[in-house]
Amino acid sequence: MRKIRRRTVLGWGLGMAAGTALAQAGRSEPVFKPEKDASLRLLRWSGFVKSDEELWNANTKKFTEATSVPVAVEYITWEDVRPKAALAANLGTGPDIIMGWYDDPHIYPQKLVDVSDVAEGLGKQLGGWYDVARTYGYSERMKHWIAVPVGGTVECLTYRTSWVKEAGFDQFPKDPAALLKLAKALKAKEHPVGFALGHAVGDGNNWTHWLLWTFGGKAVEKDNKTIAIAQKPALDALEYAKELYPQMAPGVGSWLDPNNNRAFLAGEVSVTNNGISIYYSAKKDFPRIAEDINHSPFPIGPVGRPTELANFTQAFIFKHCRFPNAAKEYIRFMLSADQAGPWVDAMNGYVTPALKKYQELPVWTKDPKATPFRDGIARMLHNGYAGAPGQQAAAALAEFIVLDMFADATVNGMSAKDAAARAENRLRRIYRG
Amino acid sequence: MARLSPVLDRTPVLATLLLLPAAVLVGGLLAFPLTLGVLLGFKDATIGDPGSFIGLENYRYLITDPVLRLTALNTGLYTLVTLVFKLALGLALALLLNQRFAGYRFWRSVLLLPYVVPTVLSAFAWWWIFDPQFSFISWALVKAGLLHHNLDFLGTPWLARGSLMVANVWRGIPFFTVGYLAGLQAIPKELHEAAQIDGASAGQIFWQITWVLLLPLTTILTIFSAIFTFTDFQLVWTITRGGPANATHLFVTLAYQRAIAGGAMGEGAAIAGFTLPFLAVLAWAALDALRRQP
Repeated sequence: MRKIRRRTVLGWGLGMAAGTALAQAGRSEPVFKPEKDASLRLLRWSGFVKSDEELWNANTKKFTEATSVPVAVEYITWEDVRPKAALAANLGTGPDIIMGWYDDPHIYPQKLVDVSDVAEGLGKQLGGWYDVARTYGYSERMKHWIAVPVGGTVECLTYRTSWVKEAGFDQFPKDPAALLKLAKALKAKEHPVGFALGHAVGDGNNWTHWLLWTFGGKAVEKDNKTIAIAQKPALDALEYAKELYPQMAPGVGSWLDPNNNRAFLAGEVSVTNNGISIYYSAKKDFPRIAEDINHSPFPIGPVGRPTELANFTQAFIFKHCRFPNAAKEYIRFMLSADQAGPWVDAMNGYVTPALKKYQELPVWTKDPKATPFRDGIARMLHNGYAGAPGQQAAAALAEFIVLDMFADATVNGMSAKDAAARAENRLRRIYRG
Repeated sequence: MARLSPVLDRTPVLATLLLLPAAVLVGGLLAFPLTLGVLLGFKDATIGDPGSFIGLENYRYLITDPVLRLTALNTGLYTLVTLVFKLALGLALALLLNQRFAGYRFWRSVLLLPYVVPTVLSAFAWWWIFDPQFSFISWALVKAGLLHHNLDFLGTPWLARGSLMVANVWRGIPFFTVGYLAGLQAIPKELHEAAQIDGASAGQIFWQITWVLLLPLTTILTIFSAIFTFTDFQLVWTITRGGPANATHLFVTLAYQRAIAGGAMGEGAAIAGFTLPFLAVLAWAALDALRRQP
């Protein structure tokens, strides 16, 4: 009954709907009444920190107690979620809900349940969504929300305070030119910086996209057709990378995601880009290094605003799910303050939520070194910027087009022009017709 | 049953019936998916969209794609270079282990280890061995004063290719050794004894008798090893993921990256399609060599 009434109300106008949503979100009873005898299967990435799965399972248990809907949660390696989700979408069977990455839902929007009511309800209740979260969750093609954004594993520049001081910097650089100066000074003191240029899905993609964007470069224009990678801003970014590369620790050309964590903790590099995990492993095993660690947002270049990329995750429901209301209620429940708050706190800030209200969680200020991670979602652009999320943007990211362009210009010693031309060639193919 | 038996007595009927289970298995599990895969290579299918028929467009694009050309070069080199080393080292080890010495049984089983350990595990071990910061090879060389800095095994294109080849050779040697050991033991002792009586040197005995008798076996081992190497995935994907900058992609890893990770199913299938002519020739050669076996 409630569902019908709610839909009618939505039809009357946005203002009224907002009112109902707020009222409903405030209640402890389910907003979306689960179907009789419903049960759910969730597929998500396995936690980067142990407390993630512990809290997620505890919250799921709470949900089952409140609604008597059992939820089977399957955790798999984060890189395996995308192919599995695609398989479920193609076959029309498999998990009911998937917590996937980036623009996964935009690859098969027509196969997903409209979750506008969940997303708008949560948004109104919890301070609204960051812009990038809306870009990821709302489908311009379908004209409704196809996924509920969860958040991102934000990356910052992780650095050794004492070494940065030794190199003559009291403050961490705020623009790329100063960062290059710092890198040179650090190299001279035998404390090189290190940024992944191998096929590191997280670390490699994140810092190279930042660099491309902060110089004003982009893979594709807003029309999602015109390839813009070979233009001057991108070439400037490549020239910058060519100067930065010699300052890096040897071997970055082969670095996959775990390499920089190990190298940093071993004292082989002084600055790298990473989630908060290096700091927390240091706290656990190398307290003296932890004391010396601090974090900074990525510097801001000629474009004049933050342009970071973080691994962004969101939850979506397949139309083959027999219990869509139960699934909606589960997502709403898990992302509501009573559940998501303790979950994010327990992860020590490894995931930054996509809802603004969660900036107020104690985890961001309890340890001031975690604060830079708090606003990471506000600082990020979506992958495939300035184009739209979807199959093309997903393919460009999965194929490491931007990352390989920088690797070509540095590790492979190609000219900026040639490296950009190679990327342009591949992007043309991906964004064709 | 009595009525059935005259029908079953007819050879064509019985033969068809007896062949049916194998035909269903081969057709259903091999031929059908293979055909679907080949057909997929002629479509512009992506992960969310079955796509439409576009003829040879994927292939036409791919032959102009510098990454595919590089991949073809990588795959060819990877297969050829490692084959030579696997064959030579495998044969040398087999000759050694064919001798009776104290503990020879133990060493024979040790030799099988690279082959028995799951490739993903050994790939991880190699990944650590080649680590730019923590490689024990670099560490030992630096400690010994032979080097001033760590070797960048996987960070530069040629060294990365070489490193992967070393790992592949390590894993592939036992295949040749075990094959050759069996072959060596099948050579009648009398031949060697007769040659020795005639005063032949060790080199002459090897080249005139052992090597000649091992030739058919060599053909088969080489062809099968070529097929496994040509389609290698795990070592490359675990150690470099095709990086740095696509320098170490093989056909199979590139197909995986574009089709499964990137969602371009049609193009990925077409990349895999490039391996088919080579594999078909190799398979034909293998069958032919087997047929010629006495």
